[in-house]
Amino acid sequence: MPILTVSDLRTSFHTRNGVYRAVDGVSFDVGRGETLGIVGESGSGKSVTCYSLMGLIPQPPGKIESGTAIFDGIDLLHCTPKQSRSIRGKRIAMIFQDPMTSLNPYLRVSDQLIEPLLIHESVSRKDAIKRGVEMLNAVGINDAEKRIHYYPHEFSGGMRQRVMIAMALITRPELLIADEPTTALDVTVQAQILELIRKLQKEIGMAVIFITHDLAVVSGLCDRVQVMYAGRIVETADTKTIFQNPKHPYTRALQRSIPALQPKGGELYTIKGMPPDLSKPIAGCPFAPRCEYAAEKCYLITPALEPVPGEPLHAHACLRAQLGEIS
Amino acid sequence: MESSMREPIIELRDVKTHFPVYSGFLFRKQTGAVKAVDGVSLTIGRGEVLGLVGESGCGKSTLARTIMQLVPTTAGAVILEGKNLSEGSSSEIRDVRRDLQMVFQDPYASLNPRKTVYDTICEPLLVHRVCAPADAPARVAELMNIVGLAPRFMKKYPHEFSGGQRQRIAIARALALDPKVIIADEPVSALDVSIQGQILNLLAQLGRERNLSLIFIAHDLSVVKHISDRVAVMYLGKIVELGPAVNVIDHPRHPYTRALISAIPKPDPVTERVRQRIMLPGDPPSPINPPRGCTFHPRCPYAIEACKAAFPPMIPVGPGQEAACIRVNEI
Repeated sequence: MPILTVSDLRTSFHTRNGVYRAVDGVSFDVGRGETLGIVGESGSGKSVTCYSLMGLIPQPPGKIESGTAIFDGIDLLHCTPKQSRSIRGKRIAMIFQDPMTSLNPYLRVSDQLIEPLLIHESVSRKDAIKRGVEMLNAVGINDAEKRIHYYPHEFSGGMRQRVMIAMALITRPELLIADEPTTALDVTVQAQILELIRKLQKEIGMAVIFITHDLAVVSGLCDRVQVMYAGRIVETADTKTIFQNPKHPYTRALQRSIPALQPKGGELYTIKGMPPDLSKPIAGCPFAPRCEYAAEKCYLITPALEPVPGEPLHAHACLRAQLGEIS
Repeated sequence: MESSMREPIIELRDVKTHFPVYSGFLFRKQTGAVKAVDGVSLTIGRGEVLGLVGESGCGKSTLARTIMQLVPTTAGAVILEGKNLSEGSSSEIRDVRRDLQMVFQDPYASLNPRKTVYDTICEPLLVHRVCAPADAPARVAELMNIVGLAPRFMKKYPHEFSGGQRQRIAIARALALDPKVIIADEPVSALDVSIQGQILNLLAQLGRERNLSLIFIAHDLSVVKHISDRVAVMYLGKIVELGPAVNVIDHPRHPYTRALISAIPKPDPVTERVRQRIMLPGDPPSPINPPRGCTFHPRCPYAIEACKAAFPPMIPVGPGQEAACIRVNEI
């Protein structure tokens, strides 16, 4: 029984230069306690997908054109503001990419950290602070009793991201959405934060949607991965399959571009061309102009996300691979 | 090719760059200094690609700016082809900049949004009077071709280009004066994976074709391994390990380099789940008040009492490879 089921989500931005279809028909689900990775380049729609679920798309210029997102029986996209307030920050929490700008510099960490508790649970300020200190200890901040009263600028980048995680998890949410939580951090700190998310997920038993552009980060953390391109999901599978038996040419190309997997000294493999302009209608497969396997029909028929026969978790949207023309 | 076989082009002799810290309002006194670069000695050969890695705040960007003389050197010498830049007058330094160019991290911030591509690439040509104004358009077109941009985009503004294309413009601007050394400060960190490769290939190709020396600063070690001949690892303003790229990254010797490399996630779901990582406790200490002795000892799993005594000298640990750790041969 999935905790979140998204179907046919379409989000677009109406600007002076045209309508950008940032998310163009995305359907997926997340099981209880599962970690789902969403991988894609900038502009692929991975963040907009999650912002749409959380109601964080500014409208206008943004508009959720269609779709449903059922979280435990409630449609997040069509529920009343009161329902949505009771879910966001309590049962679904989010961590953002940049810990430097997501904390309010004017407020002490204590005020920001316990805010979700004061709003969602009837606890006294004193008890809330006590739980805040416990949470800071859990995310590995020493001397938490003193530090909880500090201002954000008194923490380093890694510490601030820990504060963000503590703030997101203080209400013990059932689903955590992490939007590139380690991109702005150093590798050593990234390793600490990933380990922390892994540990807390086990303790709380929450589901995680982990958005990243880095395939390597996904490999150790996620149960399942979906790859997005130009606002659509092009391939989804369990992590092992995505790495060992990718079917969609874009997934393969993305994997081949990782410098660590390429021999030293030679030319690095690159994907030729650039992602398509989302304000123009895309005929056929959005990846076709950059794909080395593209045939004439790829420019005419829009491929659907079809499951791979015999692999229930694995689906991809490549016409030629579905027809068995490329293996 | 080993660095010892190359003719040296830049030599750093115990370079220090400190930024003063003041306190008090009425009677401002210098109360300390941020030791951003604290005693770096290094030689870079002609045509060599040197990778410079380390966490944020370790001083790698300040070192780059010190070499460029964008910040004054506190002590030590930066020597470019026999000329000591740290003692040069500002007009001498301006002349030297012709040989020394820089590409910055964020192509969205490093290009002037009010200047066309032509103006941007043309400016160094006119400032340094390397070509007559009448010949400038032809030279700009040539430079744009070299970096893989069509010259017909000459009259466009930076906002009309993607991140990768902007970085190409920044590279064309750096190449305009035919420099001997290019310092690239995280040139691909702001770009997507598929675009990163294109820029790295371009830099590697330019280095080969023009016998350019390249100082390549990055925090992504797999990128550094790919492009560099040698790698220098910095921690808190000092170089802790130096050696051929493949040796340093595949067989790191200094405990800090080991931890740094162990922290990189591997794109392999099978080994990644069972792999033992070396987790470093805490954050790097403040460069205002660095720990005594070896600056890494408070976070080092191998630290002993002797590590607190003095910063260790570079000890040779292999062909061309050296590490600043007194226990390097025991661990």
